[in-house]
Amino acid sequence: MSDPIKTDVVIIGAGPIGLFAVFELGLLDMKAHLIDILDKIGGQCAELYPEKPIYDIPGIPYTSAQGLVDALMQQIKPFNPQFHLNEMVEKVEKIGDPLFRVTTDLGKVFESKIVVIAAGGGSFQPKRPPIPGVEPYEGKSIFYAVRKMEPFRGKRILIVGGGDSALDWTLNLAPIAGHLTLLHRRSEFRAAPDSVNKMMALVGEGKIDLVLGQVTTLQGEQGQISKAVVKTNEGSVYEIACDVMLPFFGLTMKLGPVANWGFELKNNELIPVETAAFETSVPGIFAIGDINWYPGKLKLILSGFHEGALMAQKAHRYVYPEKRLVFQYTTSSTSLQKKLGVAPQPA
Amino acid sequence: MVKITFIDTEGTARTVEGEVGSTVMETAINHGVPGIEAECGGACACSTCHVYVDEAWREKVGEPSPMETDMLDFAYGVQPNSRLSCQIKVREALDGLIVRTPERQA
Repeated sequence: MSDPIKTDVVIIGAGPIGLFAVFELGLLDMKAHLIDILDKIGGQCAELYPEKPIYDIPGIPYTSAQGLVDALMQQIKPFNPQFHLNEMVEKVEKIGDPLFRVTTDLGKVFESKIVVIAAGGGSFQPKRPPIPGVEPYEGKSIFYAVRKMEPFRGKRILIVGGGDSALDWTLNLAPIAGHLTLLHRRSEFRAAPDSVNKMMALVGEGKIDLVLGQVTTLQGEQGQISKAVVKTNEGSVYEIACDVMLPFFGLTMKLGPVANWGFELKNNELIPVETAAFETSVPGIFAIGDINWYPGKLKLILSGFHEGALMAQKAHRYVYPEKRLVFQYTTSSTSLQKKLGVAPQPA
Repeated sequence: MVKITFIDTEGTARTVEGEVGSTVMETAINHGVPGIEAECGGACACSTCHVYVDEAWREKVGEPSPMETDMLDFAYGVQPNSRLSCQIKVREALDGLIVRTPERQA
């Protein structure tokens, strides 16, 4: 195991609330690392509805969700936040007073004085496909992600879906598969046109099969799939023999490992906090944004911004216990303006 | 106000009134109609407000947009009359609309 990354703050989640927390922490001289399971910065705003309008950010009558993320990135640039994308925090352990060891699913380890959970609706995880009785096969012969290709060599593979993941894995696995079938609901694909053309070429050469329809049932034993029963769009029923099935049905939000970090969750999905600093029941761990709960909570971006500002005040006491915190405005404080890299205004 | 009837898989019908300009999904959520989840809040970013439009109403309701059709890939038991209810705007012409909720939302 490599040396842990030492930092003032680990922020779990790189959505708008996590990003603005970097700003508030940065003004108070605290450095942050952000960890997010997505491959991009911006959370739901970037993943679910980048083009959608937002009308309730104070002072900004209109922005697109991606526009807000871009603007936040510009705003926090002076604080040089470090991003760790495509990683999910698995464990948060208390190792000091306060000091935490944060471990990701890729085995990266952080030692952080405080932890800020800004995980929104939880982590984005592959969506369970709309197929009844899929559960016993999951992780045994039905996989929602491909980590290594070699285990699939020579296997009869059924890939389901019409997006980029389905098409990319069709192209990648076709050369090593024993036999490969791509199943999609309709003849249009959401994936990049280039991938679709390459896939169609493989179909034309007889190297893979393309079937249009939907899986209705699965057959197999003890988690090992043997065939998928498919209803084609013409209504006929068709069986596809396979050893492995890879359904790619997009992402959904799940609370994920947060559920195992020892918090008493509200309604099994929200982390209760107090409202002076949005700290959890564990001193030094804060929860801000959609993932927290307190009386009167509203799941609004503006609420999360406020929560981040108050969180930073309390965080400062843990990170710099010996320093006195003087409240200052960015409008008038030369020291804050220095941190932001803007020239002090002439008097 | 526009009357909309939601019929669940048990056959129970619930008729509620929707406001012109809102969506069929919002009408269901505002009246607590079961069987519509609307996880993403109406951004056409999930597929958990899936409904089947009654055959008699299909033409008036119209066909899904390409983006909605993409999103329907994630729904369970998609049929030719499948729509995402967040993408159906309530309008006077839809007074009396009948939709059925599916066995499950993705």
